[in-house]
Amino acid sequence: MASRTGTHSPAGICKSLPERGLLLLMVLVFLEGSVLPLGAASSPDVTHQANSDNHIVKEAGHNFTKKPFPVLSLDYHHIQAPFEISLWVLLASLMKLGFHLIPRLSGIVPESCLLIVVGLLVGGLIKLAGEQVPPVLDSRLFFLCLLPPIILDAGYFLPIRPFMENLGTILMFAVVGTLWNAFFVGGLLYAVCQIQPGNPSILHQLELLPCLLFGSIISAVDPVAVLAVFEEIHINELLHILVFGESLLNDAVTVVLYHLFEEYAGVGSVTVMDVFLGIISFLVVAVGGVLVGAIYGILAAFTSRFTSHTRVIEPLFVFVYSYMAYLSAEMFHLSGIMSLIACGAVMRPYVEANISHKSHTTIKYFLKMWSSVSETLIFIFLGVATVEGPHNWNWTFVTVTVILCLVARVIGVVGLTYVINKFRIVKLTTKDQFIVAYGGLRGAIAFSLGFLLNKDHFPLRDMFLTAIITVIFFTVFVQGMTIKPLVELLAVKKKQEAKRSINEEIHTQFLDHLLTGIEDICGHYGHHHWKDKLNRFNKKYVKKCLIAGERSKEPQLIAFYHKMEMKQAIELVESGGGVKLPSAMPSAVSMQNIQPKKLPPAKPAERALSNLPKGREEEIRKILRSNLQRTRQRLRSYNRHTLLADPYEDGLGDLLIKKQKMIELERKIKDMNNYLTVPAAPPDSPTMCRARLASDPQAYSMKPEPDSVPTIQVDLASPQSPDSVNLMDEFRRAEQQHEEDQGLMMKPPSGESGPKKPGEEDGSREHKLMRCLSDPGPSADEDEDEPFLP
Amino acid sequence: MGASQTRSEHKYQDLADKTGFSLEQITNLHKRFQQLSGNEDTLSRQNLDNIPALANNPIRNQIIEAFFDKRNQHQDEVGSFNEIGFEQFLMVMSHFRPPTLKTTEEEKEALRKEKLRFLFNMHDTDNDGTITLVEYRKVVEELLSKSGAIEQETAKAIADAAMLEVASTNVPDMAPDDFYEGITFEHFEQILKGLEMESRMHIRFLDVDTTTMRCGKSTS
Repeated sequence: MASRTGTHSPAGICKSLPERGLLLLMVLVFLEGSVLPLGAASSPDVTHQANSDNHIVKEAGHNFTKKPFPVLSLDYHHIQAPFEISLWVLLASLMKLGFHLIPRLSGIVPESCLLIVVGLLVGGLIKLAGEQVPPVLDSRLFFLCLLPPIILDAGYFLPIRPFMENLGTILMFAVVGTLWNAFFVGGLLYAVCQIQPGNPSILHQLELLPCLLFGSIISAVDPVAVLAVFEEIHINELLHILVFGESLLNDAVTVVLYHLFEEYAGVGSVTVMDVFLGIISFLVVAVGGVLVGAIYGILAAFTSRFTSHTRVIEPLFVFVYSYMAYLSAEMFHLSGIMSLIACGAVMRPYVEANISHKSHTTIKYFLKMWSSVSETLIFIFLGVATVEGPHNWNWTFVTVTVILCLVARVIGVVGLTYVINKFRIVKLTTKDQFIVAYGGLRGAIAFSLGFLLNKDHFPLRDMFLTAIITVIFFTVFVQGMTIKPLVELLAVKKKQEAKRSINEEIHTQFLDHLLTGIEDICGHYGHHHWKDKLNRFNKKYVKKCLIAGERSKEPQLIAFYHKMEMKQAIELVESGGGVKLPSAMPSAVSMQNIQPKKLPPAKPAERALSNLPKGREEEIRKILRSNLQRTRQRLRSYNRHTLLADPYEDGLGDLLIKKQKMIELERKIKDMNNYLTVPAAPPDSPTMCRARLASDPQAYSMKPEPDSVPTIQVDLASPQSPDSVNLMDEFRRAEQQHEEDQGLMMKPPSGESGPKKPGEEDGSREHKLMRCLSDPGPSADEDEDEPFLP
Repeated sequence: MGASQTRSEHKYQDLADKTGFSLEQITNLHKRFQQLSGNEDTLSRQNLDNIPALANNPIRNQIIEAFFDKRNQHQDEVGSFNEIGFEQFLMVMSHFRPPTLKTTEEEKEALRKEKLRFLFNMHDTDNDGTITLVEYRKVVEELLSKSGAIEQETAKAIADAAMLEVASTNVPDMAPDDFYEGITFEHFEQILKGLEMESRMHIRFLDVDTTTMRCGKSTS
């Protein structure tokens, strides 16, 4: 999963920077601590003032006592709530910033630990100032505001393939594992509490059901903590999805157990009927949550089909539908987390096919931003709540809880893996089991659930809270800090950082079909068979409804290829065109190297084609760059509501018009280069339709390519070829030079049967480029006025 | 009944050692083989063609051809059979066995090579040891064949891009005059290193007999 920790400080930090970071930290912490008492102090004054004013006015009736006009007055109460919220958010963000300015620290200690410490400091400061700590980890605030962004981020970017492949394992861990943990911890705790016969302690008051409730609260692996820690250790995909998937799916179990035990703790006994109802309830909660999420996801996908003219609010649909899915699920006491995951996962493939590139980036960055801030806030609040929370320390209870949690987790994982490995094809090794067991971190959800408990029904609530906090601290600090060195020590397989290549994509698809075919030959309906059936259903019916225009028919391989081309084009454009694409093509290999050389020997021009001299290339690039810089000057005003009528697309439109002119010029040398003839472009190709759909009112009108026009080959896979997109102006200037070179430039990768694309493909690529070039990407989007090529 | 059973078990034991399947799996696969071949001793291309579920598969021809490819029998022969017996059928199937918990690293490496070799043979139809551009283009075209009206040019472009990628990663310093003949097996291995074939290219072979659940539609 992409790192949410923001940019790292550049190398070569001067010594003052870490100190500055620390100073910033201290300042913020003091600020935080000082503002709150100020707020508390000033508000009664203001209200008093207001009252007295009112009183005076009422009393005076007609005669107003004239006071000097207040030039400057302080009214903190007016803005208190939003101000404090903003201060907290600011503190959280500055903390994040500060941690990365101190290089060594972020390597040793995971961010979550540091944030909890900061929270402790802030909480301590507030308490020192004598003020009441705000109930920051209030359950409503937590469950309705802080948790959803993190879960949505996780769900939207959930890697579906490994998740589905390991779904059985994940469900086993989530459901059976959590149940085991809950009952083991709860039951044994109760036994231990009853043990001490000699001195009747407070523990003897503890009934079985509250113990089981406590067990169910403490046993659930927490997605926030897991995300925070696992993000930094980069283990392989399988383990990551196992632990993370478990943390997400155990929400249903936790919800049911929690409500069940809470409901009946008052009564004091649970009958078989209740247990049966509980099981039914679990199914309802889980399946219902997923259904609610899926429905909202489909609605969002359907809505996004029509947003081609209002691109600006596309991200909003994604966020609002998802949040409503969460709230709807919570309304019925279904599993909100599962609903959110289902919503994000269902809507993503369709929404991404429909929305513009800019919206895609927006969604990605907003989600990452919100979830990052949320996570930071949660950990800080954990620290603050620890300082404040009503504590009731009981050595026996707390230590037994911690030990039991660990033991239960280990036994659970080992036992379940033994059973699971009988059904898995790729078995889980001992190393894997260790990481899964060790990665079972508890977090703020447990605390919030404990906080929700009613003190009347649960007189020992404070003790519970203390124990929960201790377990959380233990898992986050001890396990969180040591998991990284342990991963190194055990040489656990790490995540593969390599970018997905087109070959891998081709072969993944090939493998899918191959394995489905082999399964069919073998005669049994396995996993691949059903996946294939689902894919075909999806392609035949669902995509038609939910994806706008012609993209509904686009097969996955082609979609991937286009995406890759776009990425390469953006990369090249961002790097100024002069640098070769760093990632994909660090070599000088071009299309000419792989084309079979079947050139008729007599044509000198074609022979010349195969030697594109390096100097010429450099010159081309230089000219390109200067040309692009001239385009920069053209600025137009833009409409806030469309946001599409910006200089990027205008510039490209001009270039494309120029390209048309160049095509005319092409005719002159057509005879020499017979390989330039191209099949006629169909008049209204799908890609053109899509392009029109994606266009905005201000966009240029693209003439369909005339037939039998030798096209400019735009082979973006080659390092040189993206230049050819922008070589229009270049042609005009280079016209004076020898014509062979012109042919050269038109088709820098030579080869008589080079990959030719018909006109509409070319045109569509322009359109696609337009769609993507209008968004310069993360690094260059500060300035709206900046042209599309930096 | 008893005698023939021990005889077949003995025969299967041979096969089990050669291919690595368990006896139950071999029994099941034999039943399936009988079903497909119409209780004959050999299987022809026609038999496999008639499997209805394969009709939707875009690469069915390659898959069927792979069964009849002599290179997949690990006996250093080339060419193709017209019909295959149960042993050849089993040999081809054995390429899809998963690694077990006890598989060592070297064995995993060997398994991966074997699977990649199978894939390579599927692409390299003229058996010259390399996958040329034409062959690769055919692969991509076939992959996209069932996805509606795909422009030929797109398939070509994708294949070309893929080829270019292989060339770039494996032979980065090619002079402009050099010609990249085709993807050799080493390059093929290199380019698919990230996919971890030994964990992905497998299907579940059942120990329990499920062939009775399928009606005999698949027989010719």
